[in-house]
Amino acid sequence: MTNNANDWLNEHGDYLYRFALARLRDPHQAEDAVQETMLAAIKNNSFEGESSARTWLTGILKHKIIDLQRKLIREQPISDLVDLDASETSMDDFFDKSGHWLEKPQFLEMPENALQQKQFLSILNTCLDKLPAKLSAIFMMRDVHESDNENICKELNITATNAWVMLYRARMGLRKCLEIHWIAG
Amino acid sequence: MKLMLTCKQASQIISQSLDNPLSWQDRLRLKFHLFICDACTRFNQQLHLLNTVIKRIIKTTESDNTIQLNSEAKARITQAIESSSH
Ligand SMILES: [Zn+2]
Repeated sequence: MTNNANDWLNEHGDYLYRFALARLRDPHQAEDAVQETMLAAIKNNSFEGESSARTWLTGILKHKIIDLQRKLIREQPISDLVDLDASETSMDDFFDKSGHWLEKPQFLEMPENALQQKQFLSILNTCLDKLPAKLSAIFMMRDVHESDNENICKELNITATNAWVMLYRARMGLRKCLEIHWIAG
Repeated sequence: MKLMLTCKQASQIISQSLDNPLSWQDRLRLKFHLFICDACTRFNQQLHLLNTVIKRIIKTTESDNTIQLNSEAKARITQAIESSSH
C-alpha cells in the first residue's frame, strides 16, 4: 500500500494540491488536505480500479475539504452569524430605512484574459479574507463546491433560513468589496 | 399578493434565486422589479458574474501545471505515508 501511495503522490499529488488550493485558498491547508487524503487512501483501500485512481483520490479529497470548511464554520456559534445587526456586514450599510440602495451597485467587468483572471482572483481572496471567516467558508462551500443548500444545512446543522441569511450577507459583502477593488484593466 | 418589492427585498430574492428555484409569486415580483429598477438589475448581474468567474477560476487553477506541491510538502507527505505503514 505504501508503494501505491508513493505512486499516487507522484502522479496525482500536484493535481490534488491544485484542486484543494482552488477551494481552500490557503496553501498550508491545501497541503494538509492532500496528506490526509493519502493517509485515508492507504487506510481504507477501497480502490477497485473501476474508476481512475485520480477520480477516486479526488473523491476522498472532496470530503476532507468539506470537513475543513465545516470546522471553520463551526468554530463560532451560528447565532453570532445570523444576528443581522452584529457585524461589519450589517445590512444597514446597504439600504436606507425604506429599503432603497444607499449606493447603487456598479457595473463589474468580466475578467477575460488570464492576466485579468489572476488579478480578479487575488482581489477576490482579499475580499473573502475581509468577511467573517464563517461567511467566507459557507460561501466557498456553496458557490465553489456546489454543495446544495440541503447538504450545507445538514452538515452545519443550521436551518435553511440561517443558511440563506449567511449566503446573502457573504454575497453582499463580496460584491461591494469587488466594486471597490476590481477595476478591469 | 403584493407586487411591489423594495430593493432590499429584491436583493434578498435575487440571492435566494442562486440557491433554490423561486416560487412563482417571487419570480413574478422579481421580474417586475427588475423591469423598473436598474440598480437591482446590476446587482443581479454582479452575483451572476461572481458565480461565473469563480467557477472559471477554479477550472483554471485545477489545470495550471505551474502550481505544484513544493518539495518540502512532498517530503513531509512521503514521511507521513512511511510512518503510517509502521
Ligand atoms: Zn431595486
